[in-house]
Amino acid sequence: MATPLLEVKDLVMHFPVKSRSVISRTVGHVKAVDGVSFTVAAGQSLGLVGESGCGKTTTGRLITRLQKPTSGQILFEGRDIAQAGPRVLKPLRREIQMIFQDPYTSLNPRQTVGEIVGAPLVIHKLVPSNKRLAHVQELLEVVGLNPEHYNRYPHEFSGGQRQRIGIARALTLQPKLLVADEPVSALDVSIQAQVINLMQDLQREFNIAFLFIAHDLSIVRHFCPEIAVMYLGKIVEKAPREELYEHPKHPYTKALLSAVPNIEQAILGGRRERIRLSGDVPSPINPPSGCRFRTRCWKAQDICATEEPLLRRVGAGADEAACHFPEQ
Amino acid sequence: MIAFAIRRILVGIVLLLAMVLVVFVLFFAAGNPARDVCGKYCTPQKLANITQVYGYDKPITYQFGQFVKGLAVGRDYPVDDKYREALQKSNPSLVIHCDAPCLGYSLRSAITVNDAIAKYAPVTISIAVYAFIIWIVFGVLFGVIAAVFKGKWLDRVIVGVTLVVYALPTFFVGTFLLQFIAIRWKLFPYPRYVSIADGGVFNWLIGLTLPAMTLALFYMAAYVRITRAFVLESLSEDYIRTARAKGLTERVVLFKHGLRAALTPLLSMAGLDFAALLAGAVITEAVFSYQGLGLLAVISNRNSDLPILIGLVIVAGAAVLAANIIVDILYAFVDPRVRLS
Amino acid sequence: MSRAFLSVENLSVNFPTSDGIVRATDDLSYTLERGQTLGIVGESGSGKSVSSSAILGLHRNTNAHVSGAIWFGGTNLLALSDDEMRERRGKEVAMIFQDPLSALHPYYRVGDQISEAHLAHNRVSKRAARARTIEMLARVGIPQPDRRVDDYPHQFSGGMRQRVMIAMALINDPVLLIADEPTTALDVTVQAQILDLLQDLQKEFDTALIMITHDLGVIAEIADDVLVMYAGRAVEYGSARALLSQPAMPYTWGLIQSIPDVSRSVDLPLRPIPGNPPSLLNQPAGCPFYARCDYSKFVADNRCATELPELAPASYGHLKRCHLKEELSVYDTQLAVVETGAN
Repeated sequence: MATPLLEVKDLVMHFPVKSRSVISRTVGHVKAVDGVSFTVAAGQSLGLVGESGCGKTTTGRLITRLQKPTSGQILFEGRDIAQAGPRVLKPLRREIQMIFQDPYTSLNPRQTVGEIVGAPLVIHKLVPSNKRLAHVQELLEVVGLNPEHYNRYPHEFSGGQRQRIGIARALTLQPKLLVADEPVSALDVSIQAQVINLMQDLQREFNIAFLFIAHDLSIVRHFCPEIAVMYLGKIVEKAPREELYEHPKHPYTKALLSAVPNIEQAILGGRRERIRLSGDVPSPINPPSGCRFRTRCWKAQDICATEEPLLRRVGAGADEAACHFPEQ
Repeated sequence: MIAFAIRRILVGIVLLLAMVLVVFVLFFAAGNPARDVCGKYCTPQKLANITQVYGYDKPITYQFGQFVKGLAVGRDYPVDDKYREALQKSNPSLVIHCDAPCLGYSLRSAITVNDAIAKYAPVTISIAVYAFIIWIVFGVLFGVIAAVFKGKWLDRVIVGVTLVVYALPTFFVGTFLLQFIAIRWKLFPYPRYVSIADGGVFNWLIGLTLPAMTLALFYMAAYVRITRAFVLESLSEDYIRTARAKGLTERVVLFKHGLRAALTPLLSMAGLDFAALLAGAVITEAVFSYQGLGLLAVISNRNSDLPILIGLVIVAGAAVLAANIIVDILYAFVDPRVRLS
Repeated sequence: MSRAFLSVENLSVNFPTSDGIVRATDDLSYTLERGQTLGIVGESGSGKSVSSSAILGLHRNTNAHVSGAIWFGGTNLLALSDDEMRERRGKEVAMIFQDPLSALHPYYRVGDQISEAHLAHNRVSKRAARARTIEMLARVGIPQPDRRVDDYPHQFSGGMRQRVMIAMALINDPVLLIADEPTTALDVTVQAQILDLLQDLQKEFDTALIMITHDLGVIAEIADDVLVMYAGRAVEYGSARALLSQPAMPYTWGLIQSIPDVSRSVDLPLRPIPGNPPSLLNQPAGCPFYARCDYSKFVADNRCATELPELAPASYGHLKRCHLKEELSVYDTQLAVVETGAN
């Protein structure tokens, strides 16, 4: 089997919690990411779904190495970059790029679009300066912006157009992997679809792999053939999308799906079983023993508190779930 | 909360020591301080004497250690032990004890730095506190009024006047108040400093009013503008809309919900500005010929009186640090998010 | 003819700016009865929030020009004095907002903020108001309400904060509740909890509810009637069932098609609405959606560009603002596509 583009093994990120006494010391850890493993093949996309605080954004920041993980491996084209220093990382930044959630705060308001999109070219000295403008204009055209607008400032654009600028910036270095952290959740519905379609076109055209991080199950389903669901720093289920949406195996996935409001079902009736989770997600400083979802799970038994379920193949398909009592 | 305060104070003390070190090194790197006190008819013999008696021949690390020790427990002058013990027997009145925190001894002025500062400080502190009160009360008051009447003529007048006042240099305001208000038009008694012990509270206040106004005016103008901006920002917050949606009266919305959030950041600014003001009263004191720390600094500088200058720098630095710590602690009191996070 | 419980008639809200007049809401009319839910859908800038704030009189003392009439329980709210309006605000009409963190005052305990709303409208002791507050916190599902009443907003999770907002809004038993994107900032499982809670409370107190959202899924779950707004105007209005199963104008089609619904085939591409919403300043003559509409070519004489369509009955029993003849198009709910029979 060929080496996948990205292979993440047992990734862990613990943030220390300081006490508030006179001499501060570490009294615990926020276990933001706690043993996460997955692979992304070249040109493919993996969806990472979960609610706020589940560790999906931290996972994205670790893979782009904006942060250094506590432990674990991040194999990019077979090379472990988890603990790599700046010298190794600089060329790597060309290969892995990020698209951010908020197109309003992630673009420098004092730089023109041309400067924003062209900056990576300057930093990595890729294109001679006399060809830079043509290159930037070409990129703007690719993402559906008017190339004549290269010397305008971000505030002159709408939210959707700004996100296109963010995408153009990420594309400048022709990356192999794009980590998109909630790329459309700040946009209006009618604009979301424009940006999703654009990213899909780009993926096909340039064979870019995506790690698509989102809380919105329906958008992930549309974009990613394979999806991993996170809860409290762990992946609880990983499956091809048909399996995940038609036959979720983990109770949390099931609850998550049933919580999404759905036009057709509400209008036509015949709705699925509605599962309402009670309470809030427990603290990631002191996660529940055994299975982390057990405190809110309607199927929990004694074993769930004592033994942590591992992610394993469930059923006939490729569906993997971390549950002692998976759905059939 | 208490742990937070203690930690802040400990960090403050460390910072202060670091500052003392920097000041000490800077000043003594300039050359032998004994040269400055040796005087016009300095002979090599006299210079060597002073150098030895005041310990300027010792390594600077040792001198610094002694200085810090003096800050902690006090010390005696002259520094040289043998000489001092001899002096103690022959002429005890020439041995000077300097209580902790000892900031040093000025041979030139024949006074401990502590005494020099204690003599000049009351004037400066009085003016500064008075000015602080004027500027906070009127600055915030006019700022709030301008914000509430935003865009109306009252707002425009206040903003216009503050802009003019903001542009006036302190020496001009001071000279104007003195020459016209006090001397030519006699609208106010000629300002001179009277301590409470000498003239009672009333005369003390009268004497301080013009200098305090001089000092306060610039800050007041600045605070009108800052307060106005903070209040406007606060009034556009979502929780103000919530307060209105509850059906509260505009008065409650403004005073209870709007001002609390608007004035909290002013707290930290005011604390730091007050500390800076203590150090920056030089011009005002000069205009009114008041015997304050500003004047002391000017004189000491002219006389190259290094010990006093070092003492002043340390006191000013300590004031800024103390203001910082107080502001941090007050802030935690006012904002539950700081206190309870 | 007697008026509905809430009857908004020809409501317009304009903001004069140095560049011209921003018509945030233009000639909007709708009705709502007690115990019913009206969903108002639209994108940012569609006027859905601005028009609802007008019901509470939140545009008073701003530079906004509000005209038309808002009949509520027999009185025109726009004709009331500021004090009369204030007495109704928070008592008869209450509102909850999108982001509960910024909508709550960071410096005051949640209990004090809630009981403040009670004390503003009732002659009761502080102790009685506090007891009532704890009761409301328990009712909206906050565990240990007698302890949490003394906590500050930042000590609550997002979902719990929104419950606090709901407790605050409902403490005086209002007969009309306006919820402005109450679940947009929340996770889906929490959103489901909050929607359930709102529906329970609505049933219990027979409240009329206006649910403002951009999410058609939420509307489908909760609303009896739906009002679709675009560029400050109502473009489609009717019962939720009729409107969502047979939407009758291109903007609503576009909204539905651009949502990646979980029950729809992934093989169907998302069909975004091209372009951006128009500026509310100097709106063009004709249909506000004209510039983004694929169907104007089926309307004769270029009327879409020149003539603003009336909000007129469509054949499925609801109102639409569109020149397009309905026989030309059939909306297929299963496929979420419009089949046009014009060519």
